[in-house]
Amino acid sequence: MTLRRTGARRSTAGLTATVLLILVALSGLSLLCGTVWLRPDEFAGNDPLAQATRLILLDLRLPRLVLALLIGGALGLSGAVFQGLTRNPLADPALLGVSTGAAFGAVISIYFGLAGHFVLATPLLGLAGAALSTLITFSIGRGGTVALILAGAAVSTLMAALTSLALNLAPSPYAAYEITAWLMGSLSDKSWAHVEIAGPFILAGGALLALTGRSLDALSLGEAQASSLGINLMRLNMLAFAGSALSVGAATSVAGAVGFIGLLAPHLVRPFVGYQPGRILLPAALVGAALLLGADMVTRLIHIGAEIKLGVVTALLGTPLFFWLVVRLRRSIP
Amino acid sequence: MILLAATNVTVRRNERVLLDGLSFEAQAGNLIAVVGANGAGKSTLLSVVAGIGRPSCGQVTLNGTPLQMLGGVGLARRRAYLPQNPRCEWPIPVERLVALGLTPVLPAFGDLPDSLQPRIDAALSACDLLSLRSQAATTLSGGELARAMLARALVGEPEVLIVDEPTAGLDPRHTLEAMSRLRAVADNGKLVIAAIHDLTLAARYATRVLALQAGRMAAYGTVADVLTAGLVRTLFEVEASVVTTPRGAFVDYVIREASDRR
Repeated sequence: MTLRRTGARRSTAGLTATVLLILVALSGLSLLCGTVWLRPDEFAGNDPLAQATRLILLDLRLPRLVLALLIGGALGLSGAVFQGLTRNPLADPALLGVSTGAAFGAVISIYFGLAGHFVLATPLLGLAGAALSTLITFSIGRGGTVALILAGAAVSTLMAALTSLALNLAPSPYAAYEITAWLMGSLSDKSWAHVEIAGPFILAGGALLALTGRSLDALSLGEAQASSLGINLMRLNMLAFAGSALSVGAATSVAGAVGFIGLLAPHLVRPFVGYQPGRILLPAALVGAALLLGADMVTRLIHIGAEIKLGVVTALLGTPLFFWLVVRLRRSIP
Repeated sequence: MILLAATNVTVRRNERVLLDGLSFEAQAGNLIAVVGANGAGKSTLLSVVAGIGRPSCGQVTLNGTPLQMLGGVGLARRRAYLPQNPRCEWPIPVERLVALGLTPVLPAFGDLPDSLQPRIDAALSACDLLSLRSQAATTLSGGELARAMLARALVGEPEVLIVDEPTAGLDPRHTLEAMSRLRAVADNGKLVIAAIHDLTLAARYATRVLALQAGRMAAYGTVADVLTAGLVRTLFEVEASVVTTPRGAFVDYVIREASDRR
């Protein structure tokens, strides 16, 4: 018996170790790849080339890497928690309305040209938009998971409509282009200042989400049984929604709307951990980070005219993976 | 010693009275069948007695302590509850499903401690699930899932087991097996309270019957004292005889011909 359980633990640990290894390799590669390919031997020395290389590495590539890991991890973790909470494999953090709220806040900063005066206006207003939409969702949706999700969907629709209105009334074609480009998501031109703005929120939100594992496992049996097992469903909802609001709100504020990671990452790891919702949290966060990092590297390596946006790559790469999952699911159903 | 007591329990929802001033005491070693027509308040009563639903007034105590004073986890360690048609939403292995019954005694983080594994093995064995332990819960038949859920409820070794319609959707063989298991739990010194529609099953397996009619207690006592043709008429508005045989009682319904009904 113990052997069997040790095997289950080993498969989870093995999966986590494998994804970590891939993540480390991708991280190393992402520091070297880009418009300018860097070689490790170029970092040493005090000549201008070495100094320029270190500048690119430390001030451009490293903050971009850290943001990709944080944002991908936040999206993967939040997706895993929401799928566990709703017991619906199609749920993702966008359900909450927080990503569209963050997008609307960021769009406002572009609309009024604030981003031109102060580079951090976009993420800061994005955070404000995320906070506002969360506040509305919580105040309307008090009382249970379904009420919160419905309120989130309503707020999400409202924020998306307001974003469309901003596009509709854009003061100039340039502003409209800026808004559209931002909405497609990107990690280019990000600095340590962006990490400092988003990082603490993402980490705080991630910590709240990590506390939901045990409750999500019990929730596999439905709300009545979970409640009978001593699970405080109100506390679980608060942790999931507040954690997602903080982490996904901050992620969207900095990187724009990046879809599919939150939906896909949990699906990729679920079969390897015996489908237990609590066990997929850490692997889903790591896979989310790896997916986003990989997608960001693709945006840097493919040059067909303008920069390919991050949200476009995650959707284009995510869809075939999703098709594959659907086909596999169809085969497994008799 | 009295194990579980309800005092003047009333439940109102949106001006509707679902339970109206119910009081009873239940002792360990009993299997109490809660009977009554659809909508009589059986599920509401079980939910309140399990400490999941809150009464509008009155209280339920476990060994003299009000349920709300025990706290969610404290209560979960002492009573198990199975709602009607329990199911598992993810294809997790049966063994892990049963282990979920240990949630109240698990540490906040980390995997299942090795010291709890014998309890899972014992619950799997008691419910004849050893050969299914690795199978995905979503692929089980109705009878197998009912056994897995019962094992989930028993693995925490509760003092009180509350089950809402444990035989719903089961064929005769699995129905009899499920009832035998519940009776064995009661005979083992626990208190089992189960909502049961089949009055013959209640007559054969229960030690006491609690009859509900429109949220009020119509009768409460031993099977022999309570389960009568008069009670069946009062609760369900049907005619029946309660026939006693050497193997136990059964309820023989009088089915009127179509011409009689006109």
